[in-house]
Amino acid sequence: MMELDLSGFESCPLFPGGVVADHGENPLAAASFQLPACSDFDGFQKDAIQMTKPAKGTTTLAFVFKEGVIVAADSRATMGGYISSQSVKKIVEINPHMLGTIAGGAADCQFWHRNLGIKCRLHELANKRRISVTGASKLLANILYSYKGMGLSVGTMIAGWDEKGPGLYYVDNEGGRLKGTRFSVGSGSPYAYGVLDSGYQFNMSVEEAAELARRAIYHATFHDGASGGVASVYHVGPQGWKKLSGDDVGELHYKYYPMILTPTEQEMADTSAA
Amino acid sequence: MARYDRAITVFSPDGHLFQVEYALEAVRKGNAAVGVRGTDVIVLGVEKKSTPKLQDSRSVRKIVSLDTHIALACAGLKADARVLINRARIECQSHRLTVEDPVTVEYITRYIAGLQQKYTQSGGVRPFGLSALIIGFDPYSGAPALYQTDPSGTFSAWKANATGRNSNSMREFLEKNYKETSGQETVKLAIRALLEVVESGGKNIEIAVMTKEQGLRQLEESEIDAIVAEIEAEKAAAEAAKKAPSKDS
Repeated sequence: MMELDLSGFESCPLFPGGVVADHGENPLAAASFQLPACSDFDGFQKDAIQMTKPAKGTTTLAFVFKEGVIVAADSRATMGGYISSQSVKKIVEINPHMLGTIAGGAADCQFWHRNLGIKCRLHELANKRRISVTGASKLLANILYSYKGMGLSVGTMIAGWDEKGPGLYYVDNEGGRLKGTRFSVGSGSPYAYGVLDSGYQFNMSVEEAAELARRAIYHATFHDGASGGVASVYHVGPQGWKKLSGDDVGELHYKYYPMILTPTEQEMADTSAA
Repeated sequence: MARYDRAITVFSPDGHLFQVEYALEAVRKGNAAVGVRGTDVIVLGVEKKSTPKLQDSRSVRKIVSLDTHIALACAGLKADARVLINRARIECQSHRLTVEDPVTVEYITRYIAGLQQKYTQSGGVRPFGLSALIIGFDPYSGAPALYQTDPSGTFSAWKANATGRNSNSMREFLEKNYKETSGQETVKLAIRALLEVVESGGKNIEIAVMTKEQGLRQLEESEIDAIVAEIEAEKAAAEAAKKAPSKDS
Protein backbone atom coordinates (compact mmCIF):
# COMPACT_ATOMS: atom_id res chain seq x y z
CA MET A 1 0.00 0.00 0.00
CA MET A 2 1.29 3.40 -0.84
CA GLU A 3 2.23 5.41 2.24
CA LEU A 4 1.89 9.17 2.37
CA ASP A 5 5.23 10.90 2.76
CA LEU A 6 4.87 12.72 6.07
CA SER A 7 8.49 13.78 6.51
CA GLY A 8 7.51 17.37 5.82
CA PHE A 9 5.15 17.44 8.80
CA GLU A 10 7.83 17.58 11.51
CA SER A 11 6.89 21.07 12.54
CA CYS A 12 3.27 21.02 11.49
CA PRO A 13 1.10 22.77 14.11
CA LEU A 14 -1.55 20.10 13.74
CA PHE A 15 0.81 17.55 15.23
CA PRO A 16 2.74 19.14 18.08
CA GLY A 17 5.54 16.85 19.12
CA GLY A 18 5.94 15.05 15.81
CA VAL A 19 3.81 13.15 13.40
CA VAL A 20 1.31 10.71 14.90
CA ALA A 21 1.01 7.96 12.38
CA ASP A 22 -0.83 5.27 14.25
CA HIS A 23 -4.44 6.40 13.96
CA GLY A 24 -5.22 4.97 10.61
CA GLU A 25 -7.23 8.13 10.01
CA ASN A 26 -6.42 10.73 7.43
CA PRO A 27 -3.71 12.85 9.16
CA LEU A 28 -4.52 15.75 6.89
CA ALA A 29 -8.02 16.18 8.39
CA ALA A 30 -8.42 19.35 10.46
CA ALA A 31 -8.05 18.87 14.22
CA SER A 32 -11.42 18.84 15.93
CA PHE A 33 -12.85 18.70 19.43
CA GLN A 34 -16.22 18.06 20.93
CA LEU A 35 -18.60 21.03 21.00
CA PRO A 36 -20.08 21.94 24.40
CA ALA A 37 -23.65 20.74 24.87
CA CYS A 38 -25.73 23.89 25.22
CA SER A 39 -28.88 25.29 23.70
CA ASP A 40 -27.42 28.58 22.46
CA PHE A 41 -23.98 27.87 21.06
CA ASP A 42 -23.64 31.27 19.35
CA GLY A 43 -24.38 33.07 22.60
CA PHE A 44 -21.92 30.81 24.37
CA GLN A 45 -19.24 31.70 21.83
CA LYS A 46 -19.92 35.42 22.29
CA ASP A 47 -19.69 35.09 26.08
CA ALA A 48 -16.47 33.13 25.81
CA ILE A 49 -14.91 35.83 23.64
CA GLN A 50 -16.06 38.54 26.08
CA MET A 51 -14.55 36.62 28.98
CA THR A 52 -11.18 36.37 27.31
CA LYS A 53 -11.17 40.02 26.21
CA PRO A 54 -8.80 41.93 28.47
CA ALA A 55 -10.58 44.42 30.71
CA LYS A 56 -8.88 47.65 31.56
CA GLY A 57 -9.63 48.72 35.11
CA THR A 58 -8.24 52.22 35.31
CA THR A 59 -8.82 55.82 34.34
CA THR A 60 -6.36 57.67 32.14
CA LEU A 61 -6.94 60.72 30.03
CA ALA A 62 -5.06 63.12 27.82
CA PHE A 63 -5.99 66.16 25.78
CA VAL A 64 -4.35 68.71 23.51
CA PHE A 65 -4.85 72.41 24.15
CA LYS A 66 -3.20 75.71 23.37
CA GLU A 67 -0.21 75.20 25.68
CA GLY A 68 0.49 71.55 24.80
CA VAL A 69 -0.84 68.27 26.12
CA ILE A 70 -2.15 67.39 29.56
CA VAL A 71 -1.84 63.75 30.63
CA ALA A 72 -3.54 62.47 33.78
CA ALA A 73 -4.20 59.10 35.38
CA ASP A 74 -5.24 57.38 38.58
CA SER A 75 -2.99 54.89 40.39
CA ARG A 76 -5.08 51.90 41.40
CA ALA A 77 -4.39 48.31 40.38
CA THR A 78 -7.03 45.63 40.90
CA MET A 79 -7.05 41.86 40.68
CA GLY A 80 -10.72 41.08 40.37
CA GLY A 81 -12.27 42.69 43.44
CA TYR A 82 -8.98 42.99 45.34
CA ILE A 83 -7.17 46.30 45.27
CA SER A 84 -3.60 45.17 44.83
CA SER A 85 -2.01 48.62 44.80
CA GLN A 86 -2.93 52.27 45.24
CA SER A 87 0.36 53.60 43.99
CA VAL A 88 0.91 52.38 40.45
CA LYS A 89 2.68 54.72 38.05
CA LYS A 90 0.35 54.80 35.09
CA ILE A 91 2.12 57.57 33.23
CA VAL A 92 5.44 56.38 31.83
CA GLU A 93 8.19 58.66 30.61
CA ILE A 94 9.25 57.34 27.22
CA ASN A 95 11.75 60.15 26.72
CA PRO A 96 12.02 63.74 27.99
CA HIS A 97 9.50 64.83 25.32
CA MET A 98 7.06 61.97 25.24
CA LEU A 99 4.72 60.33 27.73
CA GLY A 100 2.70 57.14 27.54
CA THR A 101 -0.23 56.01 29.67
CA ILE A 102 -0.93 52.54 30.99
CA ALA A 103 -4.33 50.86 30.81
CA GLY A 104 -4.90 47.12 30.74
CA GLY A 105 -2.16 44.71 31.62
CA ALA A 106 0.44 46.54 33.69
CA ALA A 107 3.24 44.19 32.66
CA ASP A 108 2.39 44.42 28.98
CA CYS A 109 2.20 48.20 29.06
CA GLN A 110 5.38 48.68 31.09
CA PHE A 111 7.37 46.31 28.91
CA TRP A 112 6.22 47.66 25.56
CA HIS A 113 6.58 51.27 26.63
CA ARG A 114 10.16 50.61 27.67
CA ASN A 115 10.71 48.83 24.39
CA LEU A 116 9.26 51.83 22.58
CA GLY A 117 11.64 54.06 24.52
CA ILE A 118 14.54 51.94 23.27
CA LYS A 119 13.33 52.18 19.67
CA CYS A 120 12.87 55.95 19.95
CA ARG A 121 16.40 56.36 21.27
CA LEU A 122 17.84 54.19 18.48
CA HIS A 123 15.93 56.29 15.95
CA GLU A 124 17.45 59.44 17.44
CA LEU A 125 20.96 58.02 17.25
CA ALA A 126 20.56 56.76 13.69
CA ASN A 127 18.80 59.80 12.26
CA LYS A 128 20.22 62.60 14.44
CA ARG A 129 16.75 63.93 15.16
CA ARG A 130 14.04 63.12 17.69
CA ILE A 131 11.31 60.79 16.53
CA SER A 132 7.91 62.35 15.93
CA VAL A 133 4.87 61.42 18.03
CA THR A 134 3.38 60.06 14.81
CA GLY A 135 6.35 57.81 14.25
CA ALA A 136 6.57 56.59 17.84
CA SER A 137 2.88 55.73 18.03
CA LYS A 138 3.11 53.98 14.65
CA LEU A 139 6.03 51.85 15.86
CA LEU A 140 4.07 50.78 18.94
CA ALA A 141 0.89 50.13 16.96
CA ASN A 142 2.74 47.93 14.47
CA ILE A 143 4.24 45.86 17.27
CA LEU A 144 0.89 45.42 19.00
CA TYR A 145 -0.75 44.48 15.72
CA SER A 146 1.79 41.74 15.16
CA TYR A 147 0.72 40.25 18.51
CA LYS A 148 -2.96 40.60 17.74
CA GLY A 149 -5.09 37.81 19.16
CA MET A 150 -2.33 36.57 21.47
CA GLY A 151 -3.75 38.11 24.61
CA LEU A 152 -1.83 41.33 25.04
CA SER A 153 -3.80 43.93 26.95
CA VAL A 154 -2.62 47.43 26.17
CA GLY A 155 -4.72 50.59 25.93
CA THR A 156 -2.27 53.42 25.77
CA MET A 157 -2.04 57.04 24.77
CA ILE A 158 1.18 58.47 23.39
CA ALA A 159 1.49 62.18 24.05
CA GLY A 160 4.36 64.44 23.09
CA TRP A 161 5.57 67.66 21.56
CA ASP A 162 7.56 67.35 18.32
CA GLU A 163 8.47 69.58 15.36
CA LYS A 164 4.85 69.68 14.26
CA GLY A 165 3.63 70.79 17.70
CA PRO A 166 1.66 68.87 20.34
CA GLY A 167 0.63 65.36 19.32
CA LEU A 168 -1.67 62.78 20.89
CA TYR A 169 -2.39 59.26 19.69
CA TYR A 170 -4.43 56.39 21.13
CA VAL A 171 -2.99 52.91 20.52
CA ASP A 172 -4.45 49.60 21.67
CA ASN A 173 -3.81 45.88 21.62
CA GLU A 174 -6.31 45.35 18.80
CA GLY A 175 -3.84 47.24 16.61
CA GLY A 176 -5.98 50.36 16.50
CA ARG A 177 -4.30 53.74 16.32
CA LEU A 178 -6.18 57.03 16.41
CA LYS A 179 -4.99 60.58 16.25
CA GLY A 180 -7.04 62.94 18.37
CA THR A 181 -7.29 65.89 20.69
CA ARG A 182 -9.14 64.28 23.63
CA PHE A 183 -8.93 60.70 24.82
CA SER A 184 -9.77 58.77 27.95
CA VAL A 185 -8.99 55.10 28.38
CA GLY A 186 -10.13 52.57 30.96
CA SER A 187 -13.15 51.51 32.96
CA GLY A 188 -13.48 54.99 34.43
CA SER A 189 -13.30 56.71 31.07
CA PRO A 190 -17.06 57.36 30.61
CA TYR A 191 -17.08 59.35 33.83
CA ALA A 192 -13.88 61.16 32.92
CA TYR A 193 -15.23 62.00 29.45
CA GLY A 194 -18.30 63.56 31.03
CA VAL A 195 -16.30 66.04 33.06
CA LEU A 196 -13.59 66.53 30.42
CA ASP A 197 -15.87 67.15 27.46
CA SER A 198 -18.09 69.60 29.30
CA GLY A 199 -15.20 71.64 30.69
CA TYR A 200 -12.83 71.57 27.69
CA GLN A 201 -11.70 74.75 25.97
CA PHE A 202 -8.76 74.96 23.56
CA ASN A 203 -7.67 78.30 25.01
CA MET A 204 -7.03 77.28 28.60
CA SER A 205 -4.04 78.12 30.70
CA VAL A 206 -1.86 75.32 32.00
CA GLU A 207 -3.35 75.64 35.51
CA GLU A 208 -6.93 75.57 34.23
CA ALA A 209 -6.23 72.56 32.04
CA ALA A 210 -4.51 70.72 34.90
CA GLU A 211 -7.44 71.41 37.21
CA LEU A 212 -9.88 70.11 34.57
CA ALA A 213 -7.86 66.91 34.22
CA ARG A 214 -7.62 66.51 37.98
CA ARG A 215 -11.35 66.90 38.44
CA ALA A 216 -12.09 64.46 35.60
CA ILE A 217 -9.88 61.80 37.20
CA TYR A 218 -11.39 62.47 40.60
CA HIS A 219 -14.95 62.03 39.36
CA ALA A 220 -14.00 58.82 37.58
CA THR A 221 -12.41 57.40 40.70
CA PHE A 222 -15.51 58.33 42.67
CA HIS A 223 -17.85 56.23 40.53
CA ASP A 224 -15.56 53.52 39.19
CA GLY A 225 -14.42 50.90 41.68
CA ALA A 226 -11.42 49.94 39.62
CA SER A 227 -9.97 53.47 39.71
CA GLY A 228 -8.56 55.32 42.70
CA GLY A 229 -5.45 56.17 44.61
CA VAL A 230 -3.60 59.25 43.43
CA ALA A 231 -4.57 61.52 40.55
CA SER A 232 -1.34 62.43 38.72
CA VAL A 233 -1.28 65.27 36.23
CA TYR A 234 1.53 65.91 33.74
CA HIS A 235 1.98 68.67 31.18
CA VAL A 236 3.89 68.28 27.91
CA GLY A 237 5.15 71.56 26.50
CA PRO A 238 7.72 72.60 23.90
CA GLN A 239 10.54 71.97 26.39
CA GLY A 240 9.31 68.51 27.34
CA TRP A 241 7.09 67.04 30.01
CA LYS A 242 6.75 68.15 33.62
CA LYS A 243 4.81 66.55 36.44
CA LEU A 244 2.39 69.11 37.81
CA SER A 245 0.66 67.33 40.69
CA GLY A 246 -0.19 64.08 42.39
CA ASP A 247 -3.16 64.35 44.72
CA ASP A 248 -4.82 61.62 46.73
CA VAL A 249 -8.39 61.39 45.42
CA GLY A 250 -9.76 61.00 48.93
CA GLU A 251 -8.32 64.38 49.86
CA LEU A 252 -9.56 65.83 46.57
CA HIS A 253 -13.05 64.70 47.52
CA TYR A 254 -13.07 66.77 50.67
CA LYS A 255 -11.48 69.67 48.83
CA TYR A 256 -14.27 69.72 46.23
CA TYR A 257 -17.05 68.80 48.61
CA PRO A 258 -16.02 70.01 52.05
CA MET A 259 -18.05 68.60 54.91
CA ILE A 260 -20.65 70.98 56.32
CA LEU A 261 -20.91 69.94 59.95
CA THR A 262 -24.08 70.39 61.97
CA PRO A 263 -23.54 72.54 65.10
CA THR A 264 -23.32 69.39 67.29
CA GLU A 265 -20.79 67.74 65.05
CA GLN A 266 -18.85 71.01 64.88
CA GLU A 267 -18.69 71.15 68.71
CA MET A 268 -17.56 67.52 68.86
CA ALA A 269 -14.84 68.21 66.27
CA ASP A 270 -13.70 71.32 68.18
CA THR A 271 -13.50 69.60 71.56
CA SER A 272 -11.58 66.60 70.15
CA ALA A 273 -9.15 68.99 68.46
CA ALA A 274 -8.56 70.93 71.66
CA MET B 1 24.45 25.13 -0.17
CA ALA B 2 27.80 24.38 1.42
CA ARG B 3 29.50 24.96 -1.92
CA TYR B 4 28.32 28.60 -1.95
CA ASP B 5 29.52 29.88 1.39
CA ARG B 6 33.06 30.47 0.29
CA ALA B 7 33.40 34.21 0.63
CA ILE B 8 34.29 35.92 -2.61
CA THR B 9 35.37 39.14 -0.96
CA VAL B 10 38.30 38.28 1.30
CA PHE B 11 41.14 40.42 2.61
CA SER B 12 44.47 40.36 0.84
CA PRO B 13 47.60 40.12 2.98
CA ASP B 14 48.12 43.86 2.75
CA GLY B 15 44.61 44.75 3.80
CA HIS B 16 42.84 45.26 0.45
CA LEU B 17 39.48 43.93 -0.57
CA PHE B 18 40.26 43.21 -4.17
CA GLN B 19 36.69 42.51 -5.22
CA VAL B 20 35.67 45.94 -3.96
CA GLU B 21 38.56 47.56 -5.78
CA TYR B 22 37.71 45.72 -8.97
CA ALA B 23 34.15 46.93 -8.55
CA LEU B 24 35.49 50.49 -8.35
CA GLU B 25 37.27 49.78 -11.64
CA ALA B 26 33.93 48.81 -13.14
CA VAL B 27 32.59 52.14 -11.93
CA ARG B 28 35.49 53.98 -13.55
CA LYS B 29 34.55 52.41 -16.86
CA GLY B 30 30.91 53.40 -16.52
CA ASN B 31 29.36 56.50 -18.06
CA ALA B 32 30.16 59.85 -16.53
CA ALA B 33 27.72 61.22 -14.00
CA VAL B 34 27.75 64.54 -12.20
CA GLY B 35 25.70 66.08 -9.41
CA VAL B 36 25.66 69.73 -8.32
CA ARG B 37 23.84 71.15 -5.31
CA GLY B 38 22.44 74.68 -5.57
CA THR B 39 20.58 76.71 -2.99
CA ASP B 40 17.14 75.87 -4.37
CA VAL B 41 17.76 73.16 -6.96
CA ILE B 42 19.92 70.08 -7.32
CA VAL B 43 21.06 68.94 -10.75
CA LEU B 44 22.06 65.50 -11.95
CA GLY B 45 23.74 64.98 -15.28
CA VAL B 46 24.68 61.76 -17.02
CA GLU B 47 26.61 61.03 -20.19
CA LYS B 48 24.52 59.30 -22.80
CA LYS B 49 26.64 57.01 -24.91
CA SER B 50 25.51 57.14 -28.52
CA THR B 51 22.17 55.39 -28.80
CA PRO B 52 21.87 52.86 -31.58
CA LYS B 53 19.47 54.07 -34.25
CA LEU B 54 16.87 51.41 -33.58
CA GLN B 55 16.88 51.77 -29.80
CA ASP B 56 14.08 53.64 -28.08
CA SER B 57 16.11 56.05 -26.00
CA ARG B 58 13.26 56.69 -23.57
CA SER B 59 13.58 53.15 -22.23
CA VAL B 60 17.11 53.78 -21.01
CA ARG B 61 16.51 56.53 -18.50
CA LYS B 62 19.66 56.85 -16.45
CA ILE B 63 18.32 59.29 -13.86
CA VAL B 64 15.51 57.74 -11.85
CA SER B 65 13.34 58.86 -8.97
CA LEU B 66 13.20 56.86 -5.76
CA ASP B 67 10.34 58.87 -4.26
CA THR B 68 8.64 62.16 -5.07
CA HIS B 69 11.49 64.06 -3.43
CA ILE B 70 14.52 61.80 -4.01
CA ALA B 71 16.34 60.97 -7.25
CA LEU B 72 19.36 58.87 -8.17
CA ALA B 73 21.91 58.65 -10.96
CA CYS B 74 24.73 56.15 -11.11
CA ALA B 75 27.83 55.02 -12.90
CA GLY B 76 28.70 51.37 -13.34
CA LEU B 77 26.79 48.17 -13.94
CA LYS B 78 23.27 49.17 -14.88
CA ALA B 79 21.74 45.81 -14.01
CA ASP B 80 23.13 46.05 -10.47
CA ALA B 81 21.67 49.55 -10.35
CA ARG B 82 18.22 48.23 -11.18
CA VAL B 83 18.30 45.88 -8.21
CA LEU B 84 19.47 48.57 -5.80
CA ILE B 85 16.95 51.08 -7.11
CA ASN B 86 14.07 48.66 -6.63
CA ARG B 87 15.13 47.89 -3.06
CA ALA B 88 15.55 51.58 -2.32
CA ARG B 89 12.10 52.40 -3.70
CA ILE B 90 10.55 49.75 -1.49
CA GLU B 91 12.41 51.10 1.52
CA CYS B 92 11.16 54.63 0.80
CA GLN B 93 7.57 53.42 0.92
CA SER B 94 8.17 51.14 3.86
CA HIS B 95 9.58 54.08 5.82
CA ARG B 96 6.50 56.14 4.96
CA LEU B 97 4.35 53.31 6.25
CA THR B 98 6.14 52.65 9.53
CA VAL B 99 6.73 56.22 10.68
CA GLU B 100 4.27 58.16 8.49
CA ASP B 101 7.03 60.38 7.18
CA PRO B 102 9.02 60.56 3.92
CA VAL B 103 12.65 59.45 4.09
CA THR B 104 15.43 61.97 4.42
CA VAL B 105 18.13 61.88 1.74
CA GLU B 106 20.61 60.81 4.38
CA TYR B 107 18.42 57.90 5.49
CA ILE B 108 17.95 56.40 2.04
CA THR B 109 21.64 56.94 1.21
CA ARG B 110 22.53 55.13 4.42
CA TYR B 111 20.19 52.31 3.40
CA ILE B 112 21.66 51.97 -0.10
CA ALA B 113 25.20 52.14 1.25
CA GLY B 114 24.28 49.55 3.87
CA LEU B 115 23.06 47.22 1.12
CA GLN B 116 26.25 47.76 -0.84
CA GLN B 117 28.33 46.98 2.25
CA LYS B 118 26.35 43.84 3.02
CA TYR B 119 27.38 42.40 -0.32
CA THR B 120 31.04 42.92 0.53
CA GLN B 121 30.70 40.77 3.61
CA SER B 122 28.48 37.89 2.50
CA GLY B 123 29.30 34.48 1.18
CA GLY B 124 28.87 33.66 -2.46
CA VAL B 125 27.98 37.14 -3.67
CA ARG B 126 29.96 39.89 -5.33
CA PRO B 127 29.78 43.61 -4.55
CA PHE B 128 27.46 45.90 -6.52
CA GLY B 129 29.47 47.45 -9.33
CA LEU B 130 28.15 50.97 -9.13
CA SER B 131 28.51 54.33 -7.43
CA ALA B 132 25.31 56.24 -6.91
CA LEU B 133 24.66 59.98 -6.73
CA ILE B 134 21.57 60.58 -4.64
CA ILE B 135 19.84 63.94 -4.49
CA GLY B 136 16.80 65.26 -2.77
CA PHE B 137 15.29 67.79 -0.41
CA ASP B 138 14.98 67.14 3.31
CA PRO B 139 11.24 66.83 3.98
CA TYR B 140 11.48 68.72 7.29
CA SER B 141 14.03 71.47 6.75
CA GLY B 142 13.69 71.77 2.96
CA ALA B 143 17.48 71.82 2.61
CA PRO B 144 18.89 70.42 -0.67
CA ALA B 145 21.27 67.46 -0.34
CA LEU B 146 23.64 65.50 -2.58
CA TYR B 147 25.18 62.23 -1.44
CA GLN B 148 27.45 59.69 -3.09
CA THR B 149 27.82 55.98 -2.35
CA ASP B 150 30.38 53.53 -3.71
CA PRO B 151 30.80 49.75 -3.95
CA SER B 152 32.53 49.54 -0.59
CA GLY B 153 29.44 50.91 1.11
CA THR B 154 30.84 54.25 2.22
CA PHE B 155 28.83 57.38 1.67
CA SER B 156 29.24 61.10 2.20
CA ALA B 157 27.55 64.37 1.41
CA TRP B 158 28.87 66.66 -1.32
CA LYS B 159 28.32 70.16 -2.69
CA ALA B 160 29.17 68.80 -6.12
CA ASN B 161 30.66 65.52 -7.27
CA ALA B 162 31.27 63.37 -10.29
CA THR B 163 31.68 59.65 -10.81
CA GLY B 164 32.26 57.24 -13.68
CA ARG B 165 34.42 57.88 -16.73
CA ASN B 166 36.90 60.76 -16.32
CA SER B 167 35.41 61.68 -13.01
CA ASN B 168 38.74 63.10 -11.85
CA SER B 169 38.75 65.76 -14.58
CA MET B 170 35.16 66.66 -13.84
CA ARG B 171 35.84 66.88 -10.12
CA GLU B 172 38.87 69.08 -10.73
CA PHE B 173 36.73 71.36 -12.88
CA LEU B 174 34.06 71.52 -10.19
CA GLU B 175 36.60 72.27 -7.48
CA LYS B 176 37.95 75.15 -9.54
CA ASN B 177 34.61 76.56 -10.60
CA TYR B 178 32.13 75.69 -7.86
CA LYS B 179 30.28 78.44 -6.11
CA GLU B 180 26.86 78.65 -4.48
CA THR B 181 24.40 78.99 -7.32
CA SER B 182 20.69 78.71 -7.81
CA GLY B 183 18.25 77.85 -10.57
CA GLN B 184 19.60 77.93 -14.10
CA GLU B 185 23.15 78.74 -12.98
CA THR B 186 23.35 75.39 -11.20
CA VAL B 187 22.17 73.59 -14.33
CA LYS B 188 24.80 75.40 -16.38
CA LEU B 189 27.53 74.46 -13.94
CA ALA B 190 26.57 70.79 -14.13
CA ILE B 191 26.49 70.85 -17.93
CA ARG B 192 29.82 72.67 -18.10
CA ALA B 193 31.38 69.98 -15.91
CA LEU B 194 29.99 67.23 -18.12
CA LEU B 195 31.12 68.98 -21.29
CA GLU B 196 34.71 68.73 -20.06
CA VAL B 197 34.62 65.03 -20.79
CA VAL B 198 31.67 64.48 -23.08
CA GLU B 199 31.05 65.42 -26.68
CA SER B 200 28.88 68.46 -26.65
CA GLY B 201 25.25 68.34 -27.69
CA GLY B 202 21.87 67.44 -26.23
CA LYS B 203 22.14 64.00 -27.79
CA ASN B 204 24.96 62.99 -25.48
CA ILE B 205 23.84 64.45 -22.20
CA GLU B 206 20.90 63.67 -19.95
CA ILE B 207 20.03 66.29 -17.33
CA ALA B 208 17.44 66.25 -14.57
CA VAL B 209 16.64 69.06 -12.17
CA MET B 210 15.05 68.56 -8.74
CA THR B 211 13.16 71.39 -7.08
CA LYS B 212 11.31 71.32 -3.79
CA GLU B 213 7.98 72.32 -5.33
CA GLN B 214 7.98 70.29 -8.52
CA GLY B 215 10.17 67.30 -7.74
CA LEU B 216 12.25 65.81 -10.52
CA ARG B 217 12.11 67.19 -14.05
CA GLN B 218 14.04 65.70 -16.94
CA LEU B 219 15.17 68.35 -19.39
CA GLU B 220 14.23 67.98 -23.05
CA GLU B 221 16.99 67.56 -25.63
CA SER B 222 16.12 70.97 -27.08
CA GLU B 223 16.44 72.64 -23.68
CA ILE B 224 19.85 71.07 -23.17
CA ASP B 225 20.94 72.13 -26.64
CA ALA B 226 19.90 75.70 -25.85
CA ILE B 227 21.90 75.77 -22.63
CA VAL B 228 24.90 74.18 -24.35
CA ALA B 229 24.71 76.89 -26.99
CA GLU B 230 24.65 79.53 -24.23
CA ILE B 231 27.70 77.96 -22.61
CA GLU B 232 29.61 77.81 -25.89
CA ALA B 233 28.78 81.45 -26.56
CA GLU B 234 30.03 82.41 -23.09
CA LYS B 235 33.20 80.41 -23.66
CA ALA B 236 33.78 82.08 -27.02
CA ALA B 237 33.23 85.51 -25.51
CA ALA B 238 35.71 84.73 -22.72
CA GLU B 239 38.28 83.55 -25.28
CA ALA B 240 37.78 86.67 -27.36
CA ALA B 241 38.15 88.91 -24.30
CA LYS B 242 41.44 87.20 -23.48
CA LYS B 243 42.80 87.57 -27.01
CA ALA B 244 41.74 91.17 -27.55
CA PRO B 245 44.46 93.67 -26.50
CA SER B 246 43.41 95.73 -23.48
CA LYS B 247 42.02 99.06 -24.64
CA ASP B 248 43.70 101.32 -22.12
CA SER B 249 47.35 100.41 -22.65
